[in-house]
Amino acid sequence: MIPDIILFILLALVAVLSALGLLLSKNAVYSALNLILNFSAVAVLYLILGAPFIALAQITVYAGAIMVLFLFVIMLLGAERLPSAATLPWQRPLAISSAVLLAVLAIYVIFIRPVTFPGAAPLTPEFGSPFEVGTLLFDKYLLPFEIISVLLLVAMIGVIVLTRRRDRKNRG
Amino acid sequence: MVPIEYYIGLSAILFILGALGVLIRRNAIIIFMSVELMLNAANLVFVAFARSFQSLDGQVFVFFVMGVAAAEVAVGLALIVAIFHTKQSIDVDQMHNLGG
Repeated sequence: MIPDIILFILLALVAVLSALGLLLSKNAVYSALNLILNFSAVAVLYLILGAPFIALAQITVYAGAIMVLFLFVIMLLGAERLPSAATLPWQRPLAISSAVLLAVLAIYVIFIRPVTFPGAAPLTPEFGSPFEVGTLLFDKYLLPFEIISVLLLVAMIGVIVLTRRRDRKNRG
Repeated sequence: MVPIEYYIGLSAILFILGALGVLIRRNAIIIFMSVELMLNAANLVFVAFARSFQSLDGQVFVFFVMGVAAAEVAVGLALIVAIFHTKQSIDVDQMHNLGG
């Protein structure tokens, strides 16, 4: 049996290294593939955290639909061959120093000034199962559920409107 | 069981990397992917706290975040494609006209 901490460190390493690969890769397709790897590592972390439904939803929706859409658009636009021109000279140091400041603040809040979180009580086997999550979705969170469906409909209509060919005399 | 603080720390690292991606990169699609990375980091914190407090509300919220992210990606990529038809480029440094 691998101890939990080793498993967590390995998955965290995969997630952080793939995020760095997304950040530093010059080829947009490599960045997309790195992001897929990141999503998969986080999905395994969800499994460890007792969220099997959310883990599989992450694989299906994020890695399976959203990233495929990204790859379609990257291939469609030929974006993997973009040249890199000059950037503003103060932009990169300012971004990196802001990120370092945010990291310092995060370390302070999380580790040096800790809030006591509830301990790791053992979970029931049904915790995070689709039945339990579905019960909540249709019981307590019914209104957000319906609003999400309207949101998805609006998004679909928006996408169709945005990508319509405007080669008619009257511009729609 | 790994302490919850480690999950929050990992989520903070992923969020910071995503924020760096949004600030540094100039390819619009990679900026978009960094935004998705930030959303993913927030989802990780939700699931970690759902585990810690033994409450499934965090996981339901992750479900909604995924739905919103999917809708946002669809619309955002449609926008990028539409801009590409006009400007033949997805370099955000060149998108500085409001009426272009």
